Amino acid sequence: MDLKFTPAEEAFRAEVRAFLAEKLPVQLTDKIRKGQHLTKADMEQWHAILNARGWLANHWPVEWGGTGWTVIERFIFETETALANAPRILPFGLSMIGPVLLKYGSEEQKKQWLPRILDGSDWWCQGYSEPGAGSDLASLKTSAVRDGDHYVVNGQKTWTTLAQFANMMFCLVRTSTEGKRQEGISFLLIDMATPGIEVRPIKLLSGDHEVNEVFLTGVRVPVANLVGEENKGWTYAKYLLTYERTNIAGVGASMAALGELKEIARTQKRGGKPLAEDPQFAARLARLEIELENMKTTNMRVLAAAGAGAAPVAESSMLKIRGTEIRQTIDDLTRRAAGTYARPWVPESFEGGWNGEPVGPEWAGPVATQYFNDRKLSIFGGSNEVQREIITKAILEL
Amino acid sequence: MDFSLGEDRQMLVDSLRRFLADKYPFATRTAAAFDGTGWSRDLWGQMAELGAVGALFDESAGGFGGSPFDVGVVFAELGRALVTGPWLATLQAGHVLAAARRSDDLATLIAGERVISYAEEEADTWFDPAAITTKATATGEGWLLDGAKTVVSCAGSVDQLLVVARGDAGLSTFLVERDAPGMTVRDYLLVDGGSAGDVTFAATPAVLVGEAGGAGPVIEAARALALVALSWEAVAVMDVLRDQTLDYLRTRKQFGIVIGKFQALQHRMATIALEIEQSRSAAINAADLFSSDRMTRERAVSAAKTTIGKAGSLAAEEAIQMHGGIGMTWELAMSHYAKRLIMIGHELGDEDHHLARYIALGQELVSA
Repeated sequence: MDLKFTPAEEAFRAEVRAFLAEKLPVQLTDKIRKGQHLTKADMEQWHAILNARGWLANHWPVEWGGTGWTVIERFIFETETALANAPRILPFGLSMIGPVLLKYGSEEQKKQWLPRILDGSDWWCQGYSEPGAGSDLASLKTSAVRDGDHYVVNGQKTWTTLAQFANMMFCLVRTSTEGKRQEGISFLLIDMATPGIEVRPIKLLSGDHEVNEVFLTGVRVPVANLVGEENKGWTYAKYLLTYERTNIAGVGASMAALGELKEIARTQKRGGKPLAEDPQFAARLARLEIELENMKTTNMRVLAAAGAGAAPVAESSMLKIRGTEIRQTIDDLTRRAAGTYARPWVPESFEGGWNGEPVGPEWAGPVATQYFNDRKLSIFGGSNEVQREIITKAILEL
Repeated sequence: MDFSLGEDRQMLVDSLRRFLADKYPFATRTAAAFDGTGWSRDLWGQMAELGAVGALFDESAGGFGGSPFDVGVVFAELGRALVTGPWLATLQAGHVLAAARRSDDLATLIAGERVISYAEEEADTWFDPAAITTKATATGEGWLLDGAKTVVSCAGSVDQLLVVARGDAGLSTFLVERDAPGMTVRDYLLVDGGSAGDVTFAATPAVLVGEAGGAGPVIEAARALALVALSWEAVAVMDVLRDQTLDYLRTRKQFGIVIGKFQALQHRMATIALEIEQSRSAAINAADLFSSDRMTRERAVSAAKTTIGKAGSLAAEEAIQMHGGIGMTWELAMSHYAKRLIMIGHELGDEDHHLARYIALGQELVSA
């Protein structure tokens, strides 16, 4: 038993920190610290900075521009960038379609699409969920019918994150209604500029515009944009859902957010005393901190097992469940800490460059919207109930 | 980063597990745990021969282990087989003796020839040594103790007690012979098997161990190690409970299907499995941070006890509930694991106690 990082890993951490100190723009960390929205240009800027260093596709094979990092090095990178209030790397190109193409795409497809993910030419979005296909994804109905060298796609996707910025969508479509539902699904790459595509914003309860509906009407997609084989798309879709495990618990981001919450608890007064000395609040905070400390080690254990070649299926779902619960609890306590100042809603303050006077302490401005926004965490990426099904299936073996 | 036990430790685990599976099956255990003294001195001797006591101490103390991970794996095996006896008390007493370099006492302890229990708690201490009132008085010939200790592990069936008492110089530790004059023991069985006793001292002769007034940091470190031990034991007990409950869900049929097919039970089982993994991480953290500075060590052990307290109650109550009526029976091994888990919560401070302690230590840290 040895929980220490190796000297080489510590040296790597120092290298990441030095890089962040030098290259991470203050204008971005400022927005993140204040809970402000990042613009498309902000996110593209961070991708470009990482790409220039060769660190953007940190889990791809070296030959395609990856770093060759171990799972531990990736974990260190993710933790350090989160602690430094860096933007997260958008998963849609790097962690979703990229790995699918690397595993199942043709050589032509890899050559065509992978470099464009790295240099920022393409912004991908994920066409998975439909109004009638959420947790039960295999019930999706959007159809693709072969017509010469094209598929003609008709249907509707929803919860499509940041589709308003995307020029490409990877999309699950139904190419057969025979046999098992899972065996009639195909995986298509769709240019968002194709006629017949309409993106409509969905306004979330927090007021944010992150997700969209995507309507597809007679959309003609070249057959060359089919990934792998027709009707085998479910296999690729599942691979994508289980691919990215090192950051599933969001430990680094939660560490950063907990650090801020503890600072708030030390400085914010309630009844003349710091919140940290309020017995109820202190108990909630302590339980949270203990859970996160445990989670860090659980995460490391799963990574160590994965690094040794195991496939920790149940454990990865545990990371997702508890990791999102922890983050939601941090948001919950931060909101409670704000007291009455959680209530004012000044949406313009969520945009960069806002110079207005905050109502109450500056940190309190976004806490309620952040809390509501992060209710999504236990719903997306396979809801926490779906994760429990996965755990039970693995441990009960029924 | 390496989460494997290592070869030597794994060998110790394997040999203890084989031995206990062979010599201490459930029926033997139930008989031993609720009869007479509540533990088997004979089994103790055999386990000492296998190295179970020696593994709790390092070479300077005459043992061959002594790291928190060594302690952890021994207590995990004790938990897996629900072994009763003064194991935790011996761990604490032995570490107090080791700090005082009492190598002769340790040699007989490690050999299993003499068994020493540990007497710290009193009716009004509630795990706070500052509240200890048992009095130690220096005389020309030695020391005399007056006072009372409560729920002392196997008090009536060990050879000696290591007693924490207060003298003019402050908290000190003493060895007392079981048949020492002025000492009375009221023995009783424990809910989860084994025994303990209430002990009173009236001008009872005692031998000072270590420096008079210097016991505070020593008994705190010994307790921290005991908390590591309990955390590992609790995780092992939870592992058994989970596996037994999973087996039951796979085989018990109601409404024509195995009950493991019911989502109401599946989701709860997933939560239990998750809580056990978080508990395992907490136990590993506590062992790993034991050698850090005092504050880090104490916060880590309190975090672990809080975690296993919460997860332990959940695992025990849910295991009984999911087993239904059969889970209520004495005959089923599972019910004894559930009892052990709940009773671990009552040893060395419960979940609430350690959460409050974790908070207090954190505030100390901030104001320091």
